[in-house]
Amino acid sequence: MMHSDPPFDTRAHYMALMARKRLYGGIVLAIFVALMVSGFILTNDRNAGGFWDGLPQIFDFPAAVLADTIPKLDRLPGHFLRYFPSLMETVNIAAVSTLIGAGLAMLLSLLSTRGLARWPRLIPLFRRIMDIMRAIPEIVVALVLIFVLGGGPVPAMIAIAFHTAGALGKLFSEVNENADLKPVEGLQSVGGTWFQRMWLGVVPQVSPNYFSYALLRFEINIRASAILGFVGAGGIGYDLRNAMAWGQGRFDEAAAIFILLFLTIVVFDQLSSHVRNAMIAKKGGH
Amino acid sequence: MLVVDQLTKRFGANTAVDNASFTVDRPKMIGIIGRSGAGKSTFLRMMNRLTDATEGEIRFEGRNVLALKGAEKRAWQSDCAMIFQQFNLVPRMDVVSNVLHGTLAKRPALSTVFNLYPREDIHRAIDILERLGIADHAAKRAEALSGGQQQRVAIARALMQDPKVILADEPIASLDPMNAQIVMEALRRIHDEDGRMVIANLHTLDTARRYCDRVIGMRDGRIVFDGTPEQLTTGVARDIYGAGADFSEDATSTEIRDPVAETEIRQAEVAI
Repeated sequence: MMHSDPPFDTRAHYMALMARKRLYGGIVLAIFVALMVSGFILTNDRNAGGFWDGLPQIFDFPAAVLADTIPKLDRLPGHFLRYFPSLMETVNIAAVSTLIGAGLAMLLSLLSTRGLARWPRLIPLFRRIMDIMRAIPEIVVALVLIFVLGGGPVPAMIAIAFHTAGALGKLFSEVNENADLKPVEGLQSVGGTWFQRMWLGVVPQVSPNYFSYALLRFEINIRASAILGFVGAGGIGYDLRNAMAWGQGRFDEAAAIFILLFLTIVVFDQLSSHVRNAMIAKKGGH
Repeated sequence: MLVVDQLTKRFGANTAVDNASFTVDRPKMIGIIGRSGAGKSTFLRMMNRLTDATEGEIRFEGRNVLALKGAEKRAWQSDCAMIFQQFNLVPRMDVVSNVLHGTLAKRPALSTVFNLYPREDIHRAIDILERLGIADHAAKRAEALSGGQQQRVAIARALMQDPKVILADEPIASLDPMNAQIVMEALRRIHDEDGRMVIANLHTLDTARRYCDRVIGMRDGRIVFDGTPEQLTTGVARDIYGAGADFSEDATSTEIRDPVAETEIRQAEVAI
């Protein structure tokens, strides 16, 4: 058709299209830069110290830690042993809260997925509940609970589980949307209850994806649980705060804790990516 | 025994089933034929309570099953097994577990969650698989089986329910002619040996003629024919399918005597 239509110049048309695309790209870039610069100026003005004044001091703390640690390298293994139990406490908090949070997330996600929900009209309600759980930072929940229940691992666990339920619930419900409804209908036709339909019809399909997301969340929760130690929830975060509070000259303990945390996160990161890869390979290979 | 009384189902402006009425006084093998979209599936789904009716009643042994709720509704679903075109098994579970799902409505929820079934139920499930000739695959995952085998697992699940009625929604539409024959013969045998009522949606005339005691023809949601297979003449079939004089019965055939490819081509032509 195009051959019989010589006035239509493909080259000129394409160049015009290209020019327009470039123009749009340029405008977007300009807006982005303007937002960056204005945002930076605003935050710098509000900041107590000022970004440029503080910049040279950024490396003061790591330098102090290094300076304290290097002469006392021989003490590091002792520190590792000493802090290992509290590291385990941190990992335990993360594990329990991931389990509880994932269980809740499963229920919430099934209740808020179209086509699966027990009460379709309440889907927006359960979605908003998950939004709220996700929106409140763990540390806020933990601080409130520590105030009420006193310090310790339980408030940290509840706080992380609360946030995890909201965060995983959203991811789970996206997984649920891809579930095949035929088995669910089959189980409905034999007279199964909603719970039986979900547990036997949906969960076997989605559990590998659930598991993979839960592992990812477990890593995040280890970090979260370490941070919550800072506000008095026990575990390695509490030790880290103390070690840092002792000040210059005794930062070697802080260094040991940093190394422990780093190693833990590397180990769990490797482990979970390994497990997830194995699962994907199995899923593709059947 | 079964009375369908002025049953109607509307989806918005569309009427899928329009004022359908018929009566069945003793367990029979009934075939419902018609083009796709004639309302056959909707009817079966209403009977199994997967879909709610807009108007009308379905009375089984004097009780209006469309009014049942909660546990009573699930008990009725358990009495009224359903077989689907796409089998609707749980693909990642083994065959016996899938058959045992037939007992879900009668078992406490907690024990089914942990896959705890009584030993006699497990034995009965395997016996049923044996009767249908697929006991060898008992431990395999359902997704590892061929279509014909999966459909027989679905029939086994239906039998596990020990139902009074078996509904089959296009049970052979996604099977090759060989497997279609095995599945239809299994359904007929269940009817003959156990005396269960079987209602099957079929889209081929010869299958309905060959296996059913009574044939109901549906067109655009209305029942346009209700009689014995012998009364189902070519002229009547033309009316049911809304086809012209060029309508050939072979066009709806899945008989094995036809070469497979040829049959499929003809089916495709009718579908258009």
